[in-house]
This record gives sequence, structure tokens and C-alpha cells, in this order.
Amino acid sequence: MIAEYGHFALILALFLAILQAVIPQIGAYAENRLWMATARPLVLGQTLFVMFSFGCLVALFVNDDFSVRYVAENSNTLLPYRYKISAVWAAHEGSLLLWVLILSLWSLAVSIFSTSLPAHLIARVLGVMGFISVGFYLFVLFTSNPFDRSLPFFLSEGADLNPLLQDVGLIFHPPILYMGYVGLSVAFSFSIAALMAGSVDSAWARWVRPWTLIAWMFLTLGISLGSWWAYYELGWGGWWFWDPVENASFMPWLVCTALVHSLSATEKRGAFTSWTLLLAIIAFSLSLLGTFLVRSGVLTSVHAFATDPTRGIFILTFLVVVIGGSLLLFALRGPTKKRSKGFSGLSKEMFILINNLLLVGLTAIILLGTLYPLVSDVLGWGKISVGPPYFNLFFVPLTLLLAILMPIGSVLRWKKSDSVKVLYYFNGPLVCALFMGGLIPLFYGSYEVIAAITIFVASWVVSVTVRDVWQKSAHSRSRLYGFMRLNASYFGMIIAHIGVAVCIVGVGLTSVYSTQRDVRMEPGDQIAVADYKFEFVSMGPFKGPNFIADQAEVTVTKNDLSVATLYPQKRRYLASGQTMTEAAINSGMFRDIYVALGERLKGDAWALRIYVKPFVIWIWLGTLFIAVGALVALTDKRYRRGYKKVINQ
Amino acid sequence: MEITSIDKPKVVHPVYRLKLFLPLLLFFVVAIFLMSALGRDPSYMPSALLDRPAPEFSLRILGDEDKYVGREIFLGEPSLLNIWATWCFSCRVEHAFLHKLSLQGIRIIGLNYKDDMHKATDWLNKMKDPYVLSVIDDVGKLAINLGVFGAPETYFIDSMGIIRYKHVGVIDDRVWHDRLLPIWKNLK
Repeated sequence: MIAEYGHFALILALFLAILQAVIPQIGAYAENRLWMATARPLVLGQTLFVMFSFGCLVALFVNDDFSVRYVAENSNTLLPYRYKISAVWAAHEGSLLLWVLILSLWSLAVSIFSTSLPAHLIARVLGVMGFISVGFYLFVLFTSNPFDRSLPFFLSEGADLNPLLQDVGLIFHPPILYMGYVGLSVAFSFSIAALMAGSVDSAWARWVRPWTLIAWMFLTLGISLGSWWAYYELGWGGWWFWDPVENASFMPWLVCTALVHSLSATEKRGAFTSWTLLLAIIAFSLSLLGTFLVRSGVLTSVHAFATDPTRGIFILTFLVVVIGGSLLLFALRGPTKKRSKGFSGLSKEMFILINNLLLVGLTAIILLGTLYPLVSDVLGWGKISVGPPYFNLFFVPLTLLLAILMPIGSVLRWKKSDSVKVLYYFNGPLVCALFMGGLIPLFYGSYEVIAAITIFVASWVVSVTVRDVWQKSAHSRSRLYGFMRLNASYFGMIIAHIGVAVCIVGVGLTSVYSTQRDVRMEPGDQIAVADYKFEFVSMGPFKGPNFIADQAEVTVTKNDLSVATLYPQKRRYLASGQTMTEAAINSGMFRDIYVALGERLKGDAWALRIYVKPFVIWIWLGTLFIAVGALVALTDKRYRRGYKKVINQ
Repeated sequence: MEITSIDKPKVVHPVYRLKLFLPLLLFFVVAIFLMSALGRDPSYMPSALLDRPAPEFSLRILGDEDKYVGREIFLGEPSLLNIWATWCFSCRVEHAFLHKLSLQGIRIIGLNYKDDMHKATDWLNKMKDPYVLSVIDDVGKLAINLGVFGAPETYFIDSMGIIRYKHVGVIDDRVWHDRLLPIWKNLK
């Protein structure tokens, strides 16, 4: 009966969502307080029902109810419990249920934490979120119901979860990524609400900004986790593949990054109002587009779930209604009045504008590259994919340009900065960056220009930022006092910008200095890769809960000092018979050592893949900095000002 | 530096609103492309040789390694050319169904792709042989000429030796009846 309860709760949640989409909106239009006030209880009710429904699906997995088709396809009695639970979102149907669950949680958060906002605004925001929920409920119920049973003929054993997904990555990556994806719906709904009301002011920007920051933080973490997961799980040492689905998550991130910056200009200076509204719409539209690309099967990808044209048609229709509708609203009601006081070429506004143009430009380039196979197919030019060379060609120089301009923008003042002072200001950091960039690669054996550029850009970012903090923390009482007086938003920005520098070091140095060797080894064989000596000691069997494996023991030494003993595995999963390579990685601050087992060759020999990847962990460390920066910025006092007022009243 | 823009808020002429329609316009262009892409199968990769004769080759036969055959094996009656290998797990999945097809009288020619000859022979001995014959393409020469992406792949070749269709991935009951059977019937 659990499946039926879950299904029924989902239908009830749909009806509540329909009410939530309609009644508060009418209330806001007719200025009826009672109707507007229905938004909050409706959100709460909807959330409870969808949570119950989600709980039912979890229970079905835990109880191994294989009469439910979705459970039978993605689970197995031998599967460890943690994977049984995360298998809930391992495939199409369940991940959509997770999507609506998270959407309702965001709605609930908005309804709880926005008590000080004008009633009509909150009613409209929740109304728009309700509308999005309705679309997704209908999608789940009509095309992708996870509670469908395969009666009367059902299986006594499940097909098992895809081995690639049997990893801690599956537990965290999708929910966190979805928190980011779906979190963008809040900024989107605020934009739509503002367009409907016809007013945007700096208070509006101040309300939207924390929501955007949280979503951006989750999106950053989610993408980064996905990349880290790919790195250690796929077994070929790559960490970003420009796969359509990766791009689908990266594009909203880029636009959201632009939004975070333009919101600050809107909040502080009333600048870029309509641009900010548009960015909020585009960011969420891209996350919907990502959903479409993944679910409709129009593109091939390692992530693509089942391909089913009816699902594609449904999402596309929804996409046209939501994106087309909101862009139409933007076109009709978007503010054309300039509220900005104007700014000079050397001002924070100008650099935020450049930052935005670059980020949106990058997004457009990635969108074009992602959709190119599809476009060329439709136009009859044949199936052509553009690969990493295309993306790297544009992405690398533009990102470096962005990074060079980034700290300048953060130093400049609003409206206008004195050009002579500014030139003088950057002298020190420039010399420092040139020195570091020129010198450090010398210590790395071969001198690589790319490494020099990488280190130059990263040290430029860091030295300008440090100088800026030093300057701004100066105070007549004491430096510490001055330091404490700086606000949380500023610290957030500093941390995030340093994170970008760390990330650039990771990406740049890994791609230049990585060593990869594919070797044939028998037990007892030794090989030197980079400065390390690898010995293939032995090969033995290993038994996991639902797989058996061949496990190698590889010892790594450097200058006769032991560094690590690694145990890469070649697994065979019992239920599906699929084989999988489980790489063994020894991570360090300055290098990762990575060993993966290939095929078994003649006799006792095996193919081994060995990588030494310097600085690779800095990529994820940098993204962690960026996420922490967002979190720190969130704690800024001014975002809570509105709520305090209410408590005092 | 010159200060751009203006000091007082001012209402912009309605014509300027037109530029706000630009995002909508762009979106519709994208939507139209997405619309027409729906229903196309992304895993369907047309072979460069579609509606062209199968390439010339001279390869040995698995199990009868002294004998070479060429493209004449496709002539006379329609056949499927199935790319397989023992290292390819999906081929194992597909094998039983191919056997079923061969029992229905469908002529299937195997192309043993970059494989170990002995393993391949063992495999066919152990698991029943659905192929009228399998050619050995250990270096992947014919496969390159055909435009093979990976195993399994199946080419539909008519009695004139002309490639009419290419299927990427496993053939199972559903794929066969939904999509491939009509194509096979057309070959005849």
C-alpha cells in the first residue's frame, strides 16, 4: 500500500500547488489580504504532502518492494542501505520527485524567512513558485511516476543500481546540485513578482541577494562535487569533460555568478535594474533547460537517463510557457527608466558590467557548443559534436581575462575612481605577480608558458586582494579594529576571489604538469613515473557486499621513502554482471597519485594506468573557498535588518 | 573621465522597449531547434556510408583462419553485419537475441572487432554461434572504413551489398520490433 499512499499524497500536493499558484496571485492583483495570506499555509501543506510522498518512495526502497517498477530497476536486496536510500534519486522518476521536494522546501523557506516583506510581493513570489511546482507535479504524475507497479508480473529481485552510482558521490552530489538548481527559482520568482508589481528598488535587491547567494553556494558545491566524483570514480583521471549535462549545470552557475554581482550594483547604486531582472530569469531558465536536455534525450551524454519523446514534449511545452512567458513579461513590463546616477569608465559599476558581459558571453559560447550537435543535425549538416578543444579555445582566455579584471573591480569605488591613484595602487601587486609567474615555473623542471601565465594570474588576484584588505583595514585606533569593522559581504567577496585564484592554480598546473603512463605490469614489476617509483606487489581477490573484485597492491616510494600503498580494484557486480574500475588515489596538497586497473593481459600481467597530478586538489579547494565566501557574505547584518524590525514591532 | 548616462530618471521612448524583446526572440529560436530535435534519436549516427556500397576488404574467417573473404559475402541476400568482441559486455547481452534472430533465418555476419582470436573462438563455441561467419578485424581496418564507434553496432546491408542502416548499441526484443524489423523488411 505504501506506493499508493505515496502516489495519492503526490496528487494532493499537486492540488495544493494549483491553489498556491492561483489564489495568492489573484489576491495580490485584487489587493485582497485574506487571499494573499493563503500562500503560506498552502506552501506548508504542499511541502508536507510531497515530503510524505518522498518518504514513501524511500520506504519502498528500504523494504525492497520490487513490485514497484522503479525500485526493481534501481535496487537490489544486496545493495547496502545507504545506496538503497540514495538510489531513490539515481534515475529519472525519483530525481524528479527530489526536484519537486526541494522546490517545495525552498518555497517553505521563503515563506518562513520573508515575514517582513510586503504581503503582495510574498504572495506573488510564492504564487510563481507554486506555478513551477504544478508543472513538475504534472510531469511526474503523467510521464514519470515512480510509484508505478509492474503487476501482476513482478520480479523477486531487483536489477541493481548502476555500479557507477554506487558511491558516496551519489548520496551528496544530486541533492546539493538540485538545491542550487532549484534555489535559482527563488530569484526567478522574485523577478517575476517585481515585474508583475512593476516596481524594483534597492530593498528588492537586498531581499533577493541572500537567496541568490545560497543557491549559488549550493550550485558551486554541487558542480564541484560532481567534478570530484567524476575524477575518482570514472577511472580516467579527468575532472571536467564538457559533457552536455555538465554544461547544463555550469551555464546557470555562470549566469548566477553574474547575477550575484549585478545584484550588488542594483542594491547599492540602483544600477542595471532590468539587466538584473533578466539575469535572474535566464539563470533559472537555464536550469530548466538543463533539465530538458538531460531528460528528453535530445543529446547523448554520460548522464542521460531514459529517452522518451513524450517526456521531451512535456518539458519543452513547460519550458515555452515558463521561459517564454517570463521573457514576454519582461519585454512588456521591464523597466526602461534609468534610475542609475551614472558612472565613469573607471568605477565598480563598469567592472561589474564587464564581468557580467564576459560571464554571459561564456554562457552563450557554452550554450552554442552544447546545442551545436542538435542544431547541425536539425539543419542537416550531419551529426557534429564540438569537443573540449572548442570549449577550451574560448573558455581559457576569457576566464583569464575575467580573473585579471576581477580584483581591479573589487578595489575600485562606486561611480568614479581617481585614475592616477588607481595606477599607482596596482604597481606593487603587478610587480609581485610578474615575479611569481616568471620564477615559480623554474622550479618545475621544464619551463612552461602556460604555468607562468597561470601563476601570474593567480598571484595577481591574491596580491591585489591582500593589498586591498590591508588598505581597507587601516584604522586610526588599531588595524585589528579596522579589520573587524569590515562587513561580512566584503569578507565573503575576498574569500571567493581568493578561491578563484586557487582554482586557477589547480586547473592550470594540473593540465601542464600531469604525467600519465599506461603500463603493462606483472607482480614484482617496478616503474618510475615522475619522481615516484611504483611497485606492483601482488594481485588478490576481494569481496564486497554486492560485488567481487580483483584487487592489486601497489606501493609507491619516493627516494626510497614510502609514500603510499594503493589498492585499485576491478569490480564485477553480481546482479548486473557489469565490471567497473575503482581507482585508488593518494591525495596530497601538492599532488595526487592515481592508479587504476585496466584489462587483464596474458598470464599474471595487468594493464595499469598511473597518473601523477600536481595541484589537482586545488581545483576543488578553490571551489570550496568560493562556496564559503558565499556563506560568509550571507551572514552580513544588512540582510537581517528587515527581520529585526518586525521582531521589534 | 566622462560621466555617462543621466542624472534624473527619465522615461524612455516606447521604441526602446523593443530591445527588451530580444531575449524572448532568442529563446524562441532555441525553442524551435529543441522542438525539431525532439524525437530524433541521438544515438542514431548515420554512417558516412549510408546508401553506399560496403567497403572493400579482405579478412580472415574466425575458425577457418586460412581463408580470406571480401565484400562478396554481402551479395545475393540481405544481411546484418554485427560488430562484436569478447571484451564488450553489451555484446554478451545482445548475443542471445541475435541467436534467436538467426534461428528465424536472418543472415547475420559477425565482425570480430579488435579481439583475441582464441578467446573469440572459445566464446562462440561456448555460447552458440548466431553468425553465418565472422570475419577477424583485429586491427580494426574494416571497422574504421565502416565508421564504427564501438561495439556493439549493427549494419543493415541489402542484397546488392549496399549499407542501408546503422544501429548503435544493443539489439533486443523491443528495439527490433519497434524500429529495426521494418528496416529489415525493406531490405528484402
